[in-house]
Amino acid sequence: MSNLSNLTRGLFKENPTFVLLLGMCPTLGVTTSAINGMGMGLATAFVLVMSNIVISLVANNIPDKIRIPSFIVIIAAFVTIVDMSMAAYLPSLHESLGLFIPLIVVNCIVLGRAEAFASKNGALASVLDGLGMGLGFTMSLTILGGIRELLGSGKVFNLPVFNENYGMLVFVLAPGAFLALGYLIAFINRIRRTN
Amino acid sequence: MVLVLFCVTLISSAAVAYVNSLTITSINKAKEAKQADAIRQVIPGAFNNDPVADSWKVETDGGVLEFFPAKQDGETVGTAVKTYTKNGFGGEVWLMVGFNPDGSISNYSVLEHKETPGLGSKMDQWFTKEGKGSIIGKKPGTAGLKVRKDGGDVDAITAATISSRAFLDAVNRASAALAGNADVYSGATPKSSTRDTLTEEKPVACDSLCNHHCNQ
Repeated sequence: MSNLSNLTRGLFKENPTFVLLLGMCPTLGVTTSAINGMGMGLATAFVLVMSNIVISLVANNIPDKIRIPSFIVIIAAFVTIVDMSMAAYLPSLHESLGLFIPLIVVNCIVLGRAEAFASKNGALASVLDGLGMGLGFTMSLTILGGIRELLGSGKVFNLPVFNENYGMLVFVLAPGAFLALGYLIAFINRIRRTN
Repeated sequence: MVLVLFCVTLISSAAVAYVNSLTITSINKAKEAKQADAIRQVIPGAFNNDPVADSWKVETDGGVLEFFPAKQDGETVGTAVKTYTKNGFGGEVWLMVGFNPDGSISNYSVLEHKETPGLGSKMDQWFTKEGKGSIIGKKPGTAGLKVRKDGGDVDAITAATISSRAFLDAVNRASAALAGNADVYSGATPKSSTRDTLTEEKPVACDSLCNHHCNQ
């Protein structure tokens, strides 16, 4: 398995959101705007990379019986660090992501990659895997957030695109998240099949 | 096995503690800066005291209101009130509301809310002077402001009447408490006695109460 494929796998072929369908809770919850999706994605990417590094290094020393609890403690520590750093240096983004930052700890992607990849591979491969998955997650959340923001309030990254009075509220609300995600997955599947 | 798990938790908690010690001052500073910004935003004119140092708190049913008096050379030019409501569509809403000495609203700022984006979240613009349901200059007094649907004269946010009611609830709570009627409005029995903050007729009582309620 080449390093390149470790990195690019998460971007498209095994995109965590559109293909693996992992981490649906933050995906549906925070993507009310492109910037929220991007912030959430980057925070998750950071946690993924860091936890993948540490877990790939220590995995051999951890007995099987306490593997999951140990991984969760390590992931939780990184999530808490991200949470506090964001509160300190990016307070406005921290506010809009709110509850979802601590929830990264239960994001299936992070534990999933720790279990399925980092615990069986070396540090470099794990970093690339975490980076690829994290960026794939960031990309899909930004796209989904952008679409919802555009259709819901006529803006992208807070820049007005449509008339000020435009707005399909359903896309800002929860049903719109499911609709937009469903159509995006269908679209991605279509592309994947033709390839 | 136990030892390994212990080591993992020990190292993790040490790392978290270290980052906490690095960020705690910035976090507090960001919070204070936000509060100070909000106070400056809702008080119209210039003031030269430190409203945070002069602040006091009043407990109402299940919550605490904070009052930040703004004074220019000892004379009150306005009071910023940190107020809340629990009736929001998404839970609690926290506002900073500024009052002129005559009890009319000078400005407000939304500190924290979990209202629906695109609906209730519009409250940060809607009730301003430029907004469609301006409350600036209105005097809630003890009767309180109401949305049109409830017989009042404030235009509610389109399709977000619940958020609008919650917003006005928070404003009214602040106004009533400021006018010294916290008990009347909340229907509860706050620990503090009433006081007239605007005219400062009772400086002695005021000072003792200030010291009593001040968190400093």
